[in-house]
Amino acid sequence: MTAAVPTTLAGSQGSGAPLLALHGVGKTFSNGVAALDTIDLTINEGDFLSLLGPSGCGKSTALRIIAGLSTPTSGGLDWRGGALDRSGIGFVFQEPTLLPWASVFDNVWLPLRLRGVSKAKAAPAVMEMLARVHLDGFAQAVPRELSGGMKMRVSIARAMVTKPRVLLMDEPFAALDEITRFKLNNDLLELWQDERFTAIFVTHSVFESVFLSSRIVIMAARPGRVFKDMPVDAPYPRDEAFRTSPAYAALCREASDVLSAAMNANGGSGHDGPNHDGH
Amino acid sequence: MTAPIMTGTESRVVRLDAEEARRLRQQRVERIGRWLLPLLIMIAAIWLWDRICVWNEIPKYILPRPLEVLQTLHDDAGLLFTSLLFTLKITFLSLLLAVVGGVGLSVLFAQSKWVEMSFFPFAIVLQVTPIVAIFPLINIYVNNQTAKLLLCAWIVAFFPILSNTTLGLNSVDRNLRDLFRLNGASRWQELWHLRLPAAMPYFLGGLKIAGGLSLIGAVVAEFVAGASGQASGLASRIIEAGYRLNAPRLFAALILISLTGIVIFLVLSLISHLVLRRWHESALKQEG
Repeated sequence: MTAAVPTTLAGSQGSGAPLLALHGVGKTFSNGVAALDTIDLTINEGDFLSLLGPSGCGKSTALRIIAGLSTPTSGGLDWRGGALDRSGIGFVFQEPTLLPWASVFDNVWLPLRLRGVSKAKAAPAVMEMLARVHLDGFAQAVPRELSGGMKMRVSIARAMVTKPRVLLMDEPFAALDEITRFKLNNDLLELWQDERFTAIFVTHSVFESVFLSSRIVIMAARPGRVFKDMPVDAPYPRDEAFRTSPAYAALCREASDVLSAAMNANGGSGHDGPNHDGH
Repeated sequence: MTAPIMTGTESRVVRLDAEEARRLRQQRVERIGRWLLPLLIMIAAIWLWDRICVWNEIPKYILPRPLEVLQTLHDDAGLLFTSLLFTLKITFLSLLLAVVGGVGLSVLFAQSKWVEMSFFPFAIVLQVTPIVAIFPLINIYVNNQTAKLLLCAWIVAFFPILSNTTLGLNSVDRNLRDLFRLNGASRWQELWHLRLPAAMPYFLGGLKIAGGLSLIGAVVAEFVAGASGQASGLASRIIEAGYRLNAPRLFAALILISLTGIVIFLVLSLISHLVLRRWHESALKQEG
């Protein structure tokens, strides 16, 4: 797979073998709206891959198809090494999506509870995850007592408590203020480097995607398709210094330019054809 | 203008500007007024009632004076409270059945849209047909007096629980449902861990309405059944007192029914508050 090449450049997080390939995945809803035209994409083990694009480009739809929450109208998914079972996938929604009546502990316990793990047996894993997202001491709080950023941390802890191989995130920080978002970005990267999962991150923020990703897949809308597959050639760990570095600014400019081109390419089939970078 | 005012739990002195001081004073006055005003109006109304009886020399069998009603409540206590107990029994049993039936049916409805579509209209038919009109039929088919009254009160009370709980079970956040799907939750797990807790505020809202309705149902059923049976609830006492022009006892029974209704409402509101206070918006507003 030639698509694996860019990610090997991505510093400490050595990119692994192909994990998932999307072959001509398309989705048309029953009301006739074509959310996705055709997507060809290979995702490698250990990637931090962002799907970046304007609203309506089908990035969330693609994520839901990968999660198995939606079935593609055409094409298919190919999980290398056999399909992942459900505990192989963690999902973080745009809103925290917590159970409002349950404590933070019970919210994080939920995925394990649904797999029949008792409270006592789950406790070490739950407490460890809470510590990892810097929420020690909040186990007994209920969601309404937490700030927006803390709720999102609970949501991430819940997605990670099953130790998934793939973490899917659907614009998880879109509703947060910038300072909180920066902090969560740092913590997410730290978590990713420690746990070595594959991350697929949907966002409409150029800056966020460049800061986080080893690879950005920029999508165009109407019909939704891959416009460009852009490697982010900057080493990890990335910290506040990276956020203000010229390299970061240059990468942001590059991603911005591609995104503008993607938005201007609306309506046509795309002069470059879909996914021109990946083949 | 500033004034030192004690606020908070630690009695520390905070200097407040005139506007904040006024706001604080206003809050205090409002808190007292909320209890005091209705109480004063109530006392004034009772006093006026008493005066009207005296000024117009109204005979006691038409409109008894408040003290005479109180006296009757005391003198006939044995009779009245036995009746109250009977009415309470019907009320609570029917409320219990309404909860079991209402929640049970709504859980059944939640299992499949088809079930809900097929049977919900029947529940509506039961609800919109006046119970007084159905009662003659029940009277023919059911022999046991208590069962008759229970059935009546149940028909009146179960609908708000059914419709509210059904609404609650169906208004679960889409993403939460996806989350359960992603984690391979069974239908039972989804019901137990997601849908039932989510429906709780709706159910409790329905319960508050049903509590009042089950009392109304118990009294109305007894009114309709009164002629045909040996029922001894408060409604029978009212009918009996009406025949005998015993207005003081009629009033006494009426007051007992009202008080029962108020107590039921308060108890159910308290239960609702206690269950929801940690997480639901409605309970938070009450606190504030």
